[in-house]
Amino acid sequence: MSKIKVVHYINQFFANIGGEEMAHVPAEIRVGEKIGPGLALAQAFGEEAEIVATVICGDSYFNENLDKAKAEILEMIKSQNPDIVVAGPAFNAGRYGVACGTVCEMVQEELGIPTVTGMYAENPGADMFKNKVYTCPTKNSAAGMRDAVKKMAPLALKLAKGEPIGASCEDGYMPNGTRVNLFEKERGSKRAVKMLLKKLAGKPFETEFPMPTFDRVEPAAAVKDLSKATIALCTSGGIVPKGNPDHIESSNATRYGEYDITGVMDLTEDTYETAHGGYDPVYANEDADRVLPVDVLREMESKGIIGKLHNKFYTTVGNGTAVKSARAFADEYAQKLLADGVDAVIMTST
Amino acid sequence: MVKGIEATGLPVVHLCTVTPISMTVGANRIVPTIAIPHPLGNPALDKDEEYALRYKLVEKGLQALATPVDGQTIFE
Repeated sequence: MSKIKVVHYINQFFANIGGEEMAHVPAEIRVGEKIGPGLALAQAFGEEAEIVATVICGDSYFNENLDKAKAEILEMIKSQNPDIVVAGPAFNAGRYGVACGTVCEMVQEELGIPTVTGMYAENPGADMFKNKVYTCPTKNSAAGMRDAVKKMAPLALKLAKGEPIGASCEDGYMPNGTRVNLFEKERGSKRAVKMLLKKLAGKPFETEFPMPTFDRVEPAAAVKDLSKATIALCTSGGIVPKGNPDHIESSNATRYGEYDITGVMDLTEDTYETAHGGYDPVYANEDADRVLPVDVLREMESKGIIGKLHNKFYTTVGNGTAVKSARAFADEYAQKLLADGVDAVIMTST
Repeated sequence: MVKGIEATGLPVVHLCTVTPISMTVGANRIVPTIAIPHPLGNPALDKDEEYALRYKLVEKGLQALATPVDGQTIFE
């Protein structure tokens, strides 16, 4: 069998052209050369595959002349008719990571050739491309080269040979959202009990359902004087004016509502309801104050306990709604709250 | 959404029943409430009692907003 033909993509730094001061260099191809990380890759490939050419491009050139650079690089790679393209590893170099992902995605789509890249989990290129391109997780600096090559080279060979790719934990790439049905040897209850026993014994165990990781925000300063503060109400409980005028979806909401409650003293069965499809709506439909406590805040306003209740509330349905959507809603309406002089927010969730 | 708001510097209190979710998501001021479908009410009570219950919970929320915190805090 003839050797698998590999084209390797790297940036100016790993090609020993220079650092940031040389990041403007345009794309070039060096046929028959393996450079920098390519040497380690070639060693890992052994007799099975050979790097037939290395494409080099400055990170700034690539990102500033995106369309031109992409077209040039595509032609260069196409000219070699490779079986697989390997890009990077980019470690934690942001522009390089984005360039690697972009090149790989383009090669897959335009040329139908499989690709592999590698980078650090927090490289912005990872979030952008890990679901489209096999991306091996690496350390955050080039000190992790050996480890990166150990993952990338075998995966590249498998892809080039058209062999089936195993789960992300088996073949060393970042989970890409693809789910495959399979039969486990042991049933779920048995696996769960085993896991629990390990946990109780303080032994390491591996969850089958990792929770998403959430970032943190510093607590904001406390309200100094509630009696002078404007308090706004927000909810993920889906409270909307009767009839749901903006058609907020009962699950997987793609929008939020902003509603004026000037002069509204109490939410009643005839005026408000919930659009939420993820909990029994009977109680909220009967009296929406049970989710969005307008009535008591009006009383506190009249007593002078709070300065005032903000005249608008913001609402959406938190039911299978993407974290990204929720974050985008809040980013948007928080700016409105700020602009309106709101001092603090009560968020209610069902 | 709590974090999106707090990122602008506005203090937020999260009134919710499933506080572990609120902790996981990253709310900093949390007040536990009654039940998922009626966090700020209890249909089993009389109207007056229910209102008093809601009043107390919101009061607790306001106190949380007026209390400086270093990190995630549940106001029981």
